[in-house]
Amino acid sequence: MKYSYFPGCTLRNKAKDLDDYARACAEKLGFFLEELTDWQCCGGVYPLGADEIASKLPSVRALNAAKENGQDLVAVCSACYHVLKRVNDDMANVADIQTRANNYMALPEPYMGETKVLHYLEVLRDVVGFENLKKQVVNPLTGRKIGAYYGCLLLRPSSVMAFDDPENPTILEDFIRALGAEPVIYPYRNECCGGYISIKEKEQAAALCQRITESAAGFQADCLVTACPLCKYNLSNNSELPVVYFTELLAEALGIKEVQE
Amino acid sequence: MNQVDEIKQISGVNPLKCMKCGKCSASCPSFYEMDIKPHQFVSYVINDDVQALANSRSAWKCLSCFACIERCPRNVQPGKLIDAARQILIRQRGQEGLSADEIPALLDEDMPQQLLMSAFRKYRR
Repeated sequence: MKYSYFPGCTLRNKAKDLDDYARACAEKLGFFLEELTDWQCCGGVYPLGADEIASKLPSVRALNAAKENGQDLVAVCSACYHVLKRVNDDMANVADIQTRANNYMALPEPYMGETKVLHYLEVLRDVVGFENLKKQVVNPLTGRKIGAYYGCLLLRPSSVMAFDDPENPTILEDFIRALGAEPVIYPYRNECCGGYISIKEKEQAAALCQRITESAAGFQADCLVTACPLCKYNLSNNSELPVVYFTELLAEALGIKEVQE
Repeated sequence: MNQVDEIKQISGVNPLKCMKCGKCSASCPSFYEMDIKPHQFVSYVINDDVQALANSRSAWKCLSCFACIERCPRNVQPGKLIDAARQILIRQRGQEGLSADEIPALLDEDMPQQLLMSAFRKYRR
């Protein structure tokens, strides 16, 4: 199985562990991520204004490139996935945006939201299957107690993201179980880390992050797992609790990365 | 265009659908940072007082976590109104929330590109 792949700005730079291990593990599990040529940054945040078009065009270009490749489009970063999926929903359902984006793009065939956008975790759950993943684990993470940190972007708004139950998600816990570790359920796993506000308002981000990490530590988590570079940055800056990318755990369990103690 | 029409056009929100249950404010992780709370945002738009929203701290305190949008039982989407209030500001020269001069001092080595991109989109045009 081959997918078009949108790595995004951070995975090429500060979040190489998210990108490198995603690619390596995909190969081991029998699917391939073909990076789109000439992709542009998604912008980091979905443009909420109904009249905004220019800031949605980088996503439209990526979505259309995947359509031309005849492939589903996979992202690993929570923010890229969020932005691509919401712009795709606009292109499928919002007449004004369809018209204006296509007028500007002047493609041989208009883009109308045909591409299916998937998060890497969805490929693991729905294509590979967690049962099958479990069978391929060579270094089970036995005895590790891991808290899933979902944050906002994977889950909300669920009417568009349709990723998992927005209030009681299970995909990361099922993933953790498949790798042989024990998932720790704690109440703040889908609360916001502060997001972009940490560039200026360090204290507010710190308060939000400490609430999350203290809750997880209180339920005996040894570490948190995330798919978002900004969540990792905010949480790591404000707590001693280790925060790792889900692809790092996957690579450890599949024997691609040295096991961390 | 007056500012009430502008905020409705940018947000695409119909504030009259609000039934004032307060779930948005109860869900908001920035509630204590905001002078005008998410549920009050809706009332200010209904009462044609967008200037108060543009002058409030709240427009800069919304994290775009989408909790209010997820949980609104009437699909009013208060977060979109708050973002539209911010858009009204940053679309005017001199009103942005992050000036070019202050950026270098805010950077550190671990900061992901995603944070810079997101902040530029939220605080500036």
